[in-house]
Amino acid sequence: MDYLGWDQVEAGAVLPSFDEVKGDIALLKQAERDYAPTNSYTASVADWRVFKPVFNRDLCIDCQNCWVFCPDTAIIAVDKKMVGIDYEHCKGCGVCVDVCPTNQKSLLMFDENEDNDRALQNWPEKIKKEK
Amino acid sequence: MNKEIRNLKQFSTSNDRFEGAHLLCPGCAHSIIVRELLNCTDDNLVIANATGCLEVCTAVYPHTSWDASWIHIGFENAATSASGAEAMYKALKRKGKLKDPDKPVKFVAFGGDGATYDIGFQFLSGAVERGHDFTYVCLDNEVYANTGGQRSSSTPIGASTTTTPAGRISYGEKKMKKDIVSIMAANGAPYVAQVSPNKWKDMVKKYQKALSIEGPAFINAMSACTTEWKFPSNETIQVSDLATDSLVFPLYEIEEGHKLTITYRPRKIIPVRDYLGAQGRFKHLFKKENEYLIEAMQKSVDAKWELLQRREEAGV
Ligand SMILES: Cc1ncc(C[n+]2csc(CCOP(=O)(O)OP(=O)(O)O)c2C)c(N)n1
Ligand code: SF4
Ligand code: SF4
Ligand code: SF4
Repeated sequence: MDYLGWDQVEAGAVLPSFDEVKGDIALLKQAERDYAPTNSYTASVADWRVFKPVFNRDLCIDCQNCWVFCPDTAIIAVDKKMVGIDYEHCKGCGVCVDVCPTNQKSLLMFDENEDNDRALQNWPEKIKKEK
Repeated sequence: MNKEIRNLKQFSTSNDRFEGAHLLCPGCAHSIIVRELLNCTDDNLVIANATGCLEVCTAVYPHTSWDASWIHIGFENAATSASGAEAMYKALKRKGKLKDPDKPVKFVAFGGDGATYDIGFQFLSGAVERGHDFTYVCLDNEVYANTGGQRSSSTPIGASTTTTPAGRISYGEKKMKKDIVSIMAANGAPYVAQVSPNKWKDMVKKYQKALSIEGPAFINAMSACTTEWKFPSNETIQVSDLATDSLVFPLYEIEEGHKLTITYRPRKIIPVRDYLGAQGRFKHLFKKENEYLIEAMQKSVDAKWELLQRREEAGV
């Protein structure tokens, strides 16, 4: 997208969220929307991350805690199922890991450079409760 | 019209209207609070946003994170613009000039505690007095976060901020947090409530109530700020849990100016010191010479809780 300079933007300018609004936005899934390039949905904050969350489908119970508490709308939930992480919007805050209730956790933080498949292979064991 | 939200799984089928890649800090509670409001209804929304972290970070040129009508307005004018838009909407409706008169529209204003407790206070009071049909949500992080952490009248006693720094002579902020909830109830708002993002269901219920009643509603939302409260970014929900379970931030609502209902009673009440200990802004209170303040804060939290329970019983 071409950016206008500060002296080229009109005062009181409007940033459109969509190129075309086809119906009621509240009833349209993100994939069905016609996002404008001025919508932050089309932008990325991936370079903010130092650590990234990795998702382990085998342990997840689809409670959706991670979905509701993620501050960056970066947990992808489809039809009541946790599907994965939107790495363009995730800032690596770690809140999702903190609120994940399973033992062992279904989300864990890894170094940004770690390979996801390798992370899954080395997933830690269930934590035994101390008596 | 409210959406039916029975559980979290059902809630997670919401079509987000608050988008990612805004520039709020990692772990910022502002976005959790705002996103839940936008997800708890399918109605059209007209949102006025006072200057502050939320406004500055969700409309950074050339991007917007809002999939609803949203206006960036001056620090003190969130309530004013929401009430102006609401008045215009009513006038157009009366004249039969609305494009889609059957689609419900809700008017919402967001402001930080600086914008709400201090600088936009008289404008908020005026909008409530005039009886506009809108919902005002205060994102209460107890500090002017966007300009570097200056104290506001919401800052609690003992907190170290950039304008009330703790040091050799001072223990930080000297005054008690202003009781905005009681003030707004007395101001005549038919619905006033306090919410916290860790109790998502309580928050959604109160949002829906606020949006559905006719007239002004005021919601004070505790917004844990990783940067100014000084805790690691992954602990936002943990710290919020400590606040609600220690009763430092009790969850309740006041209807018609007097009917007070406590909406969350922790199964196990935890000591105030556990809440304080989780945040850098209170670190200095754990020095020997300041320990008496922790005792005093515990006493004041206990007294407030006692008062809330008595008010609930008496309905006054
Ligand atoms: C009239 C006016 N005074 C000062 C400012 C500078 N200013 C911008 S944001 C801000 C702090 C906002 O604090 P708060 O309302 O608590 O929201 P937060 O950033 O904490 O979410 C200030 C002082 C302004 N924009 N307008
Ligand atoms: S690390 Fe933070 S931003 Fe990323 S998915 Fe988890 S909660 Fe969301
Ligand atoms: S919080 Fe954990 S268990 Fe729950 S949906 Fe997310 S990943 Fe799955
Ligand atoms: S300073 Fe605090 S309120 Fe502002 S964006 Fe950061 S965490 Fe959120």
